[in-house]
Amino acid sequence: MTHRSYYWMGVRHGAPFLLVVAPFGALFGVVGTEAGLNLAQVMGFSFLVIAGASQFAAVQLLTENAPVLIVLATALAVNLRMAMYSASLTPYLGKSPLWQRALAAYFLVDQSYAVGINRFEDHPEMTVSQRMAYLFGVITPICPNWYVATLAGALLGQSIPPEYALDFAIPITFLALVAPALRSAAHIAAAGVSVVMALLLAGLPYNAGMLVAALVAMVTGAQVELLLKRRAP
Amino acid sequence: MTAMSDAQIWLTIVLLGIGTFLIRFSFLGLIGDRDLPEWVLRYLRYTPVAVLPALIAPLVVWPEATGGQPDPARLGAAAVTALVGYFTKNVLLAICCGGITLYGMIYGLGA
Repeated sequence: MTHRSYYWMGVRHGAPFLLVVAPFGALFGVVGTEAGLNLAQVMGFSFLVIAGASQFAAVQLLTENAPVLIVLATALAVNLRMAMYSASLTPYLGKSPLWQRALAAYFLVDQSYAVGINRFEDHPEMTVSQRMAYLFGVITPICPNWYVATLAGALLGQSIPPEYALDFAIPITFLALVAPALRSAAHIAAAGVSVVMALLLAGLPYNAGMLVAALVAMVTGAQVELLLKRRAP
Repeated sequence: MTAMSDAQIWLTIVLLGIGTFLIRFSFLGLIGDRDLPEWVLRYLRYTPVAVLPALIAPLVVWPEATGGQPDPARLGAAAVTALVGYFTKNVLLAICCGGITLYGMIYGLGA
């Protein structure tokens, strides 16, 4: 397969996530405008930050007139999980040129990470440049549409009515990505601990529950893997 | 409505953008092509299955759209998506089945 065909495969695998990105981006455009931001500021958020959950958190705090430091600390805490994404992609992409890694980092959103890592784990034979081509393919339908959807929401000022239950597009798409990645008992144990801990710690501020749950789940997965290896003959 | 000045809002946006980029670039940028030890890789293998379930579990159990009340349609859709995804390994099929379950339960059964 050529790099071009890896790129287009990525585009195909990223395309379904338009379903999530379009309504979510439009909603940010609406909420940002209603919060009193002007068009440039709303678009500035989606271009410079390009991370939905943290953008919503920041706008919410801006409307409460929280100090800038609190806004930054909260929104950055929401994005801390991306450090884990960055670490987990490093073994697959670390050998590519710095500018490509920097560009991939800018576009490292939940969806591009989840689709990319699934592919890289299932196809260890891919070369580094094939992985990059694939990843930029995945990014192509997702990230530019984040800008377009934000603009549409900000200009039209109407979000999609709640009857469409589009709030659930995010959980469904992530579940559909995670379930096939449960390839061993250790993966299942990690995911199980992740769910239980996240629910138990959901009350913690600054997204801390999610981060603690993820760290404990990673340790669980690694330890279960070691345990099973020792038991195996 | 926010009472912040334009300058304060822009400062927030720019700093948040820089901070978020640095978080994303952290390991990709600093470690780059150096090989990571086996024990680190062992932890990293579980990143997707450790982070994504924690991200969505509260959204599934306490959806904002129902005021945080557990909702049979959303729980059913989540279960179907996970089962189809697990057994078929087909992401698109899992999304479709989950969506059909969600709308089927909301509009078909009035759940």
